[in-house]
Amino acid sequence: MRFVASTLFRVLVMAVIAIGVLALLLAVMGYDAPLALKALANGALGSSYAVLSATSVRAIPLAIAGLSVAIAFRAGILNIGAEGQLLTGATAAAAVALAATSSDTALANASLSGVAATITMMLCAGALAGAGWAGIAAFLRQRYGVMEVISTIMLNFLALYLVGYLVRGPLQEPSLINPQSASLPVAYHLPSLVSGTRLHWGAVIAVAMSAAAWWWLRSTASGFRLRVIGENPVAAESAGRINVTRTATGAFLISGAIAGVAGAVEYTGVTYAIYDNFSPGYGYTAIAVALLARLHPIAVLATALLFGALEAGGSAMQRDASVPRVIVSVVEATFILLVLAAERWRAPRLQTHEPPTTPSSGLKPSSTGAPK
Amino acid sequence: MLSALDSTSAFLEASVRFATPLAFAALGECVSERAGVINIGLEGSIIAGALGATIGAGAFGPTAGFLVGAISGVLIALVFVVFAVWIRADQIITGTAITLLALGLTGALYSSQYGAVGVALTTPTVGVAKIPLLSDIPFIGRAFFAQPAVTYALYFIAPAVAWWMARTQAGLALRAVGEQPEAATTAGIRPRVVQTWAVLFAGGMAGIAGAILVLAQAGTFVEGMSAGRGFIAIAVVILGRWKPIGVAAAALLFGAARSLDTLFQAMGWSDVPYQLFLSIPYLLTLIVLAIASSRLSAPAALGRQNITLR
Repeated sequence: MRFVASTLFRVLVMAVIAIGVLALLLAVMGYDAPLALKALANGALGSSYAVLSATSVRAIPLAIAGLSVAIAFRAGILNIGAEGQLLTGATAAAAVALAATSSDTALANASLSGVAATITMMLCAGALAGAGWAGIAAFLRQRYGVMEVISTIMLNFLALYLVGYLVRGPLQEPSLINPQSASLPVAYHLPSLVSGTRLHWGAVIAVAMSAAAWWWLRSTASGFRLRVIGENPVAAESAGRINVTRTATGAFLISGAIAGVAGAVEYTGVTYAIYDNFSPGYGYTAIAVALLARLHPIAVLATALLFGALEAGGSAMQRDASVPRVIVSVVEATFILLVLAAERWRAPRLQTHEPPTTPSSGLKPSSTGAPK
Repeated sequence: MLSALDSTSAFLEASVRFATPLAFAALGECVSERAGVINIGLEGSIIAGALGATIGAGAFGPTAGFLVGAISGVLIALVFVVFAVWIRADQIITGTAITLLALGLTGALYSSQYGAVGVALTTPTVGVAKIPLLSDIPFIGRAFFAQPAVTYALYFIAPAVAWWMARTQAGLALRAVGEQPEAATTAGIRPRVVQTWAVLFAGGMAGIAGAILVLAQAGTFVEGMSAGRGFIAIAVVILGRWKPIGVAAAALLFGAARSLDTLFQAMGWSDVPYQLFLSIPYLLTLIVLAIASSRLSAPAALGRQNITLR
């Protein structure tokens, strides 16, 4: 309980500071700060529509991708590649959809169980593709000692270009006019959770995944191994007889699979197509989501809602106060920096059993391979 | 066969042109990493430098643009210094946050100053400053001696940085901090001060890299135009083995990779998807890291968080 309370208090203080920074920036840039902040608040929480159809809907990919980042970081793997893994996950889901719905008979014969099976297949394809994309970085890290930070960022750019190519080539919609994939038939959409809103079953998937991750990390041997190598890889190897490389690679792949699911869920639940700007940087925001949750799988749900509100409010701010949306990423960066500063100031005073926010081992296993 | 010669010459010229901003950013990062700090926020300094150059050049001309660009890069690096060097937060995550911060800040500032619609804004640019005689050397003359003046600055900066690091007291202090900060402290060196200056230098160089993108290449600012060059520059440093001359040479290789499309177009291979060309530098980065990472001589204290002594 103390952990929850203290975390909530910290998040509140940080939110106040971050909003303060935003207000200051708006004023400096010559915007009407009160008007803009009001638009932000309204767009995020001002009505049941804002909460259920904007904030919550954006929180879904953020929660799942945030979970992906949290698991990697807990294992000491700095996976900055959730964005690319999310994109490839969505792309794989779109490819499965194309195959499953290409014939008219398949569409006509679509039974409820057939649809459920197809949606499951799309999500699984997303997970596989995400794991595969992360797997490239995991392989480079394990085999050649390549820093995963750089490799995952490069893979993010490559995923963008891959999507750009596919939606102008093999996956382009039949009329070949727009650079996007064919729209997913209505029957295959993730059903809505609250009728009349855009909130879809992805929310349930997100909650279930975070609960499963929490249980896994807390109560299973492999979850324990993952936590140990993140906190002290040397001790894990020598005292705990844990195969650090194998555990780290496994965590990397699972992290990628989860991010891939985030993309597949976003595709089947919200966009129903893939295109160039499919993700407005969810994979990067997910880093802030995970860090602010102090890498706790359940807390990720709460911080995802916070950043979902910020994303939704940012769009409203652009619409109603003509403030560029991109300013939201300044707020996200401020959150990350505040978490980093808070952790460093706490660390020397108190060695607790609470989850670490930033694995201090970040660079050691991967970056240099320099002889110790 | 004049055209083959021409296209090769054009390819080399494009290689040097694309290598120039990378070389600036990577030389700065090289100094910072030799002091033990890996600055992933380099990308942020580049994009800040690009916007700073746009504003500076618009008001006072191209030369001022480079200056304002460098200062903007330093300012972003200053935020990194506060968190990563003085508070000693994790360097990688700080750098990621700084990049996010700078991308958001520049995007918002640009739209607030020049309109959200994105009216194509053209900035005064620097032209090619041909060096007589040298630029007439067949094959490589045009590539190396018919470039904007800022490229020529590299011919002096790279050896100067190499000399400074290898032969001066300050350069020795820098390397000592990167290898053995505790030992450096007993010799009266203050690691945090050294690291602060090293990171600020890297920020300034990255700012100039951003300025080059605007003033010598694109002629305008585009949101997110740094396009991962800061991260590629880190790969360039690794490929260059943390040695300034090696870094400059590695930058040239990446410039050549980025210019392959000029060569391919000259060969008439126009049906290759353009996304593939755009992907080449990122693919090359992965390949280079795979080849170079396993047998390298990184500064021993690179990325170290806990330096207990000041």
